[in-house]
Amino acid sequence: MIEFDRVTVHYAEAREPMLREVDLHIPEGELCLVAGRTGAGKSTLLRAINGLVPHFTGGTLYGSVTVQGRDTRSHPPRDLADVVGVVGQDPLAGFVTDTVEEELAYGMEQLALPASVMRKRVEETLDLLGIAELRDRPLRTLSGGQQQRVAIGAVLTSHPQVLVLDEPTSALDPTAAEDVLATVTRLVHDLGVTVVVAEHRLERVVQYADRLLYLPGDGTVVDGEPAAVLADIDLAPPLVELGRAAGWAPLPLSVRDARRRAANLRQRLADATAPPTAPAHDGPPALTARKIVVRYPGTVAVAGVDLDLPAGQVVALMGRNGSGKSSLLWALQGSGPRQVGTVTVTGPDGAIDPKTLPAGRARRQVGLVPQTPGDLLYLERVDAECAQADRESDAPAGTCRALLDQLTPGLPGDQHPRDLSEGQRLALALAVQLTAAPPVVLLDEPTRGLDYLAKRQFAAVVRRLAGEGRAVVVATHDVELVATLADRVVVMAQGEIVADGTAAEVMLASPAFAPQVAKVMAPEPWLTVDQVTTALADAGTPG
Amino acid sequence: MTDRSPAGSGVSPRLAEAPQDARSAMTGTGRLPRALHPGAWWLWAFGLATAASHTTNPLPLALLIAAAALVVVRRRGNAPWAFAFRLYLVLGAVIVAMRVVFRLVFGGGQGEHVLLHLPEIPLPAWAAGIRLFGPVAAEQLLGGFYDGLRLAAMLVCLGAANALANPKRLLKAVPGALYAVSTAVVVALSVAPQLVESVLRVRRARRLRGAAGQGLRALRGIALPVLADALDRSLALAAAMDSRGYGRTAAIPAGQRALTGGLVLAGLVGVCVGTYGLLDATVPGYLGLPMLLAALATAVVGMLLAGRRVHRSRYRPDRWRITELAVAGCGAATAAAMMAAGSADPDRLYPPVSPLTWPELTPLMLLTIVVAVAPAWLAPPPALAAKPAVESAPNPPDGTTRSAPRRDTRQPETPR
Repeated sequence: MIEFDRVTVHYAEAREPMLREVDLHIPEGELCLVAGRTGAGKSTLLRAINGLVPHFTGGTLYGSVTVQGRDTRSHPPRDLADVVGVVGQDPLAGFVTDTVEEELAYGMEQLALPASVMRKRVEETLDLLGIAELRDRPLRTLSGGQQQRVAIGAVLTSHPQVLVLDEPTSALDPTAAEDVLATVTRLVHDLGVTVVVAEHRLERVVQYADRLLYLPGDGTVVDGEPAAVLADIDLAPPLVELGRAAGWAPLPLSVRDARRRAANLRQRLADATAPPTAPAHDGPPALTARKIVVRYPGTVAVAGVDLDLPAGQVVALMGRNGSGKSSLLWALQGSGPRQVGTVTVTGPDGAIDPKTLPAGRARRQVGLVPQTPGDLLYLERVDAECAQADRESDAPAGTCRALLDQLTPGLPGDQHPRDLSEGQRLALALAVQLTAAPPVVLLDEPTRGLDYLAKRQFAAVVRRLAGEGRAVVVATHDVELVATLADRVVVMAQGEIVADGTAAEVMLASPAFAPQVAKVMAPEPWLTVDQVTTALADAGTPG
Repeated sequence: MTDRSPAGSGVSPRLAEAPQDARSAMTGTGRLPRALHPGAWWLWAFGLATAASHTTNPLPLALLIAAAALVVVRRRGNAPWAFAFRLYLVLGAVIVAMRVVFRLVFGGGQGEHVLLHLPEIPLPAWAAGIRLFGPVAAEQLLGGFYDGLRLAAMLVCLGAANALANPKRLLKAVPGALYAVSTAVVVALSVAPQLVESVLRVRRARRLRGAAGQGLRALRGIALPVLADALDRSLALAAAMDSRGYGRTAAIPAGQRALTGGLVLAGLVGVCVGTYGLLDATVPGYLGLPMLLAALATAVVGMLLAGRRVHRSRYRPDRWRITELAVAGCGAATAAAMMAAGSADPDRLYPPVSPLTWPELTPLMLLTIVVAVAPAWLAPPPALAAKPAVESAPNPPDGTTRSAPRRDTRQPETPR
């Protein structure tokens, strides 16, 4: 179905080719997962399938890519539209029309299909994706998961043989992501569509994949069975790490696989001391919020929330999209609206409500890194951003740069902030905010688009911040991250706090928030691979 | 004339429609709820506006406004633009008021029936011919009122078309040669709100860095991320459109491309010359109407040829059926009847304000109004009326929706 024949992709400004001598053969009906670190060439590989590379992006492509017998050299993307459907990371950016039904028809209109065929396919697709009730809705009013499903439907109406998805779930909460992935697997199984999907959070997709393409970052592609490929790469979901620690072969890819093998492991750990629950932080609260209400026209985003953030504690703020997490963070920082309630930050300057301070002083009480960290950056060079941050915070010159070097050592100062990888940009934004030395740090969805290694680095940074005595709040959907990071978990729904407790309490209590290790080890209270490996080491040699 | 459903018609216009639908179901398919071709509504509205421009008589003008409003109330859908009609009514009222106030301020006091004496403000010599305030005559106010009403009526007629026809569907109905232009317009319409969103987002983020949010530096801090964002987004959109087949053209020889281009260009130049010829009495007659028609024909042929290049189809196109013809015909007939009334009895259509006389209606004028209001029954009921306005519902009925659907856009978690 898809053939890569000695494909090398070289962008004009890059020293090294993005892809080097890649030979691939993806047969019909496969679900093919593309994994690799940020910047390893995943998007290049995906976009080469329908000719966006090099027709749209520029650069030079040596060798040939053939999809169903059509060579992308002679066929630009528009001439492959009836064979390959491409869905991007941000569905909203790819929508051309403004209602669901018209969006579904758009691709077919371009292919000049007869009106009767279009009508029929739109109805079929609405049913296939379960979005029939959305048909007249404006696209902008849909939720993220709905938008992603509409975007998939919009390319499906052209009946492509190949579906290419670039990180379809990166912006979605766990439930919406499940919906989208369920849709994708259904397409593979029921319609025989060949799907090529890139995804950072392997644990979500790898169990459905027939094949894993791993890009180590040097331009080559490792191609093989998921379990085999995962055995020796450093980019591994928690289940695989657990399997390595327990010495299972082949490695388990789904919770079910792992659980069936884990009986022995559970027994070995039965006598081990349960992992220490997070130390109770009864220290003085760095931030106290009472009866916070945030209201927007037509909705109540935060409905009377009380929250204490003790110094030195990492709090994970969870809940589905739209449950009021961001609104709460912005209200705590003082920049966002807050109709009712009080916020008191107890810092070196005494107890202060940040909302009463001018913006320049409020950030010395509470630092917030927004969902798109790039919004904070507007200068052309990393050095310039750091110098500007020092000036803004009246800090000695070099403070921000020193912080940045602690977070990610060796970031070249003359680089443009927009050219940094997601993780580096997050580090820079965080360093800029930390320059003001706030006792409270709020992070809104920081790990979107980060790979496993970047996430591990980020977790270490956050732990260090807490170790320095700051109160840290991380709003996130990523349960695996929360398991490794948080002392305490607060779950929000409909603007209210519905659960608040130690990470173990909250995460073990509900399957939706349980990390994979907990699902495998239940009913024993283990959350992370690290806890298990430590306990295994303590238990001595495996018998 | 209010902008609401007719009193006593029940909850929705559709309920009121039901018995009538049953009765007229035998007469054909025209009565099934559907959206009329937007072009038909616009032709009808232009007809009414033309009729309104041919009279200053307040009676037919008021009746024309009433007719337009009745058609709107009976036949509009429930989309946002459909409710913009009341804005046009308000604007019309403002125009009338402005005209009357202008006459009052700069009046000039012609007329015998002086209603009140305002103190006149003396102006310097260079402003001779302009008078501020002074005696206010009934004739002068009435003249202003007639003038304003005519303008307001024309505006309300066009507003009616705006409320009845979906502007986006009108864009879809453009000839194939203009397809690229209409796509650009649609994209621009959707980009504007996104741009506003990202400006707000970046401004908030700037505050997090302690920026004051004012002055040239702040502008730079906001403009750069917003522009970079917009650029990223437009590239993503272009890539998406390309991968979905936008711009697949049938292969055509270069010669034909040159021919179509030449035809369109020549036609447009000819239209300009023809219009000039038509308006300027001193140029030879063949440069007038014949030139205009020939040039229009050339341009149309060129566009048709160019349209054949664009190889695409339309999803659920609006068809031009007998009902569309009838509605557009009503507009044309309204204009024609009013012109006929004007040539038969010009004094009645332009009632003199001095001496003051009561405006009168003639049977022909009444006929005009009857024709104008006919689409309220001729046109099929709007299909949209059957559905509740889903987009404004606080909680759409589906499992994945969150508590705050209005914020479920690209950055679902961002507070506004």
